[in-house]
Amino acid sequence: MQLLRNLFDRIEPLVQPGGKYEKLYPLYEGIESFCFTPPERTRSGPHVRDVLDLKRMMVLVVFALIPCILMAMFNTGYQIHRVVEAGGTTLDTWQSTVYGLTGLPLATSSWVGNFVHGALYFVPVYLVTMTAGGICEVIFSLVRGHAINEGFLVTGTLIPLILPPAIPYWQVVLGTAFGVVIGKEIFGGTGMNFLNPALTARAFLFFAYPAQISGEVWVAATPADGQSGATWLASFAEGSGHLAGFTWTDAFLGLIPGSMGETSVLAVLLGAALLLLTRVGAWQTMAGVLAGTLATAALLNTVGSDTNAMMSLPPHWHLVLGGWAFGTVFMATDPVSSAFTSTGKLWYGVGIGVLSRSSS
Amino acid sequence: MLDKQSRGALLDPLVDDNPIAKQVLGICSALAVTTLLQPSLVMCLAVTAVLVASNVSISLIRQWIPSSIRIIVQLTIISSLVILTDQVLKAYAYGVSRQLSVFVGLIITNCILMGRAEAFAMQNGPKASFFDAIGNGAGYSLILLIVAALREFFGAGSLFGVRILPLAADGGWYVPNGLMVLSPAAFFLIGGIVWAVRTWKPAQVEIERVVHIEELPHDTSHRDGADRRAA
Repeated sequence: MQLLRNLFDRIEPLVQPGGKYEKLYPLYEGIESFCFTPPERTRSGPHVRDVLDLKRMMVLVVFALIPCILMAMFNTGYQIHRVVEAGGTTLDTWQSTVYGLTGLPLATSSWVGNFVHGALYFVPVYLVTMTAGGICEVIFSLVRGHAINEGFLVTGTLIPLILPPAIPYWQVVLGTAFGVVIGKEIFGGTGMNFLNPALTARAFLFFAYPAQISGEVWVAATPADGQSGATWLASFAEGSGHLAGFTWTDAFLGLIPGSMGETSVLAVLLGAALLLLTRVGAWQTMAGVLAGTLATAALLNTVGSDTNAMMSLPPHWHLVLGGWAFGTVFMATDPVSSAFTSTGKLWYGVGIGVLSRSSS
Repeated sequence: MLDKQSRGALLDPLVDDNPIAKQVLGICSALAVTTLLQPSLVMCLAVTAVLVASNVSISLIRQWIPSSIRIIVQLTIISSLVILTDQVLKAYAYGVSRQLSVFVGLIITNCILMGRAEAFAMQNGPKASFFDAIGNGAGYSLILLIVAALREFFGAGSLFGVRILPLAADGGWYVPNGLMVLSPAAFFLIGGIVWAVRTWKPAQVEIERVVHIEELPHDTSHRDGADRRAA
């Protein structure tokens, strides 16, 4: 640790104003305050005393996401193995080769197998997101001279969780760069953005490369019948009207195909508990979304429709499908892009609930 | 060569006072017709032609236009020219005319035309107005063609319909970016161009004026309300 301190002390004069590399100061400051307690403290009052700063808040959200991350790895592997057990084959990717070398079975019953196989898909996407987004962040802080902050830790964790497992890495890079630059940096960086960068990334990919983000690559395996790759929600919407062999409990636990980290309501609830206990996420927003969703779903059920199967989906199913829970807990509560007052948060949530149900 | 006024009228609208990037006019057509280069080029030519003809003719009769009905007179001239352009396109370039559909007729609502008539042709002679029209037409075309080139290149992998990037669907490697085909892409691209131009020429950045609370006139309305309630 002393070694590291000495290294920082040696570099510091170089990046101070007037030093040789003064332009690189934000990068130095970012790495230094990541490793050590920052040297500056507020000396004069009045100011709000609080243990919670941006860094702690962001880290708490990352902690809250851990159940979803673990579930993302487990479920991705589980879905591949489920397809294989039904007579399908794995995709022709390096992940399949590496997994073959480990000697673990292609079976849903093997928990370690599910986990390792899923991690082979999730971890690279996560690393690519972090690298691409990190580079964008560093470039902007160097040019603009503002500090590198921790906002991207959350964005960079959210992005892989809302992407399908077999998404091409170059699309991850494009989407992340678009989300960070257009969704956040051009407005002035963390705290200034009116869009959620992770959702901006996903929206970009959805419109730019619809084939890769919905349908054909949801599951990293080729099913036996060659066509059940679409998500469960999509096949329901297409009018089959039945929920292809899954139960409500499957959907609640997250053992259904979908984007990597959004399927499990249970994992999301664990995260939600942490966010609510620490008051990092606003309960008003979550309650608002819940109320708006249930009301709209009930209304749609009452109206009914012969052509649109989605309108007959019962309200309690709405809560476990299509990333609803993930969006409610981790996207809607984003403090920067959501409403500011408590009443505002409630109505903001209701709006999200109503609109997301009406459009599906 | 050109006198100073004509020179300025011709060159300023290219970058320094670009109708799209600086004045943010004519955005509708920049969003609507720029998916492919060919219709964009035709659109640019049509707008420039109408702009030149309207600027010159309005400038010629500017002394005889009564100020109170000048907008009506300008509109009559512009709409006649637009109808004429539309007919010419239908006669000689039917395919492109079909592609541009309603947007040829909508040239009449292009703010650049009324803007130049009102801001320039009404005050200046026909020669300067002619160069002003050419300059603004070129400034508009410059942005439109850049946007269209980027959208066609990334959205379809081609330029002027000629295949540049082999598409993955035909056994090549390029996966076309679907966002580029949608109108919002033009918004992002124009935004990017505005960003780039203002980074290059910081003089274009509008300075935000910070108003301090003390400078604001004292607001007494709440006191009045209280008085009324008390009464």
